[in-house]
Amino acid sequence: MTSPTNTPPREKEHFLPYPFTETQPPPELITQGAEALLYRTHFLTPSTPAALKARPSKPYRHPTLDARLTKQRVLAEARVLVKLSALASDPANEVKVPAVLSLEWDASRKVKGLTGEQRGARGTPGGGAWLLMEWIDGKSVKDLLREWDLWLKEPGSTVPADEVEAQEEAVKKLLRRIGRAVGAMHSKGAVVHGDLTSSNIMLRPPTNTSVQNGSAAMTDNENAKTERKLAVPPNLDGEIVLIDFGLATQSVQDEDRAVDLYVLERAFGSTHPRQEAWFDAEVLQSQDGYRGSFKGSNIVLKRLEDVRMRGRKKSMIG
Amino acid sequence: MVQSIHLAHTPANVTLYVAVYREVENAAFLKQQLLAGNAEFEYAFIDASMILSTKHALAAAFRAINDSINERLKSRNVHSEIVFCLSPNNNIGEAFRRYGVSETTKDLLVMKVATTPDVTFESVSAHLSTHVQGKEYPFDDSTFHETADVDRIRKAYKLSSLAPKSAPAKSAKVLNGVTNGEKVDLTKNLEVQILGLMAIRGAT
Repeated sequence: MTSPTNTPPREKEHFLPYPFTETQPPPELITQGAEALLYRTHFLTPSTPAALKARPSKPYRHPTLDARLTKQRVLAEARVLVKLSALASDPANEVKVPAVLSLEWDASRKVKGLTGEQRGARGTPGGGAWLLMEWIDGKSVKDLLREWDLWLKEPGSTVPADEVEAQEEAVKKLLRRIGRAVGAMHSKGAVVHGDLTSSNIMLRPPTNTSVQNGSAAMTDNENAKTERKLAVPPNLDGEIVLIDFGLATQSVQDEDRAVDLYVLERAFGSTHPRQEAWFDAEVLQSQDGYRGSFKGSNIVLKRLEDVRMRGRKKSMIG
Repeated sequence: MVQSIHLAHTPANVTLYVAVYREVENAAFLKQQLLAGNAEFEYAFIDASMILSTKHALAAAFRAINDSINERLKSRNVHSEIVFCLSPNNNIGEAFRRYGVSETTKDLLVMKVATTPDVTFESVSAHLSTHVQGKEYPFDDSTFHETADVDRIRKAYKLSSLAPKSAPAKSAKVLNGVTNGEKVDLTKNLEVQILGLMAIRGAT
């Protein structure tokens, strides 16, 4: 590790909070968002994979405000996850989320005797926060549908019509299950996700195949990028797991629920043009989808029509 | 049978020693040593019937060690902090009463955090075998499966009402363990909820 002073400011190392700086093997950076970095690491023993969501402090904010915002956000996410994981004790539960394993809402609270380097690569007084979660094996619905698209338009091999039909039905079935999962989160969980996209919906393969698929998931991004053509359609079985509750709120308002669906609808339409036409019928209107998932769903779907007309923001303030 | 464990993410010089005893006869004596602050008894003595699994116990130890390294312990030392970290709320006394050793404890989990080389596997084993009167058991999930009092654990974490809420008939059946698979699944889920509650403790 080079000390931060040796490198130009733009090429600072990625934020990694203490104690994960000590971790062997070091956590592997998976992705980075505006507020947080996601690493793959482990919990208690190296054989238990875990996802570390690290929220660096924002140097442009006032330190007190920064600590408060960071804490509020990491805690809101953790509380929502704990709340939703409680639902899984019901055998009929349809919404699965990653388990919360450990949490730190202010890595710098009362830290004495540590060098700046140990506190985090940036060495700032605000230590940031982190959330350690269960690692979800498998692929995102986004990746799976992209693979499905590639399989469908694979040149040279003509897919028989009945095979295409069977695979289309498999996608539609997946869409209905997504609708049900979102419905269960809204009704039983009383939670609004805030950032529903097909990349925040994972499909966890059944446990007996999870080992193979789990390792395959790691190389999956490369596959998608190199546009590798697929000979077989992706397997769309498995448990639906919702991830990334960083923008989630606890709410039972029809408006919030409708906006949640609207965000998913818009994101889905722009990410998966080939499947966009099925979205409304399968995810939303089907009795095996959102509409059939809880009692008040028709009111939410009615409200969704209003939201479509005006957009996501009801009050035009801010 | 003392075991030494190195927890992931903790510094290389930190070793955790764990041991489980059943049919313990001198729990009152052990508790007395803690109350007296006897420096020779720097252990976390935990009522093993309140522990669901190894993961449950180790998660508490991980948080306690991490808080200790960052010098933000809420209780006297890292060992009392392990007991406190098992609790879903901020009441230290209540945590000791619920999860710590009591006069009537029969199943005991002992944890010790060693940061200096003079505390060795041999010294811990020797000290514990002379002072704890009980039968040694391995620190593993099958031991805790026998010792865990799931009803009391549920109550301590206020998780009793959550399971049967939406489908009472169905869940009641599953709780009685209709099939082994479902039972394992429920224990797993209980563990998930407990780890979550332990992790968010302390934040207001």
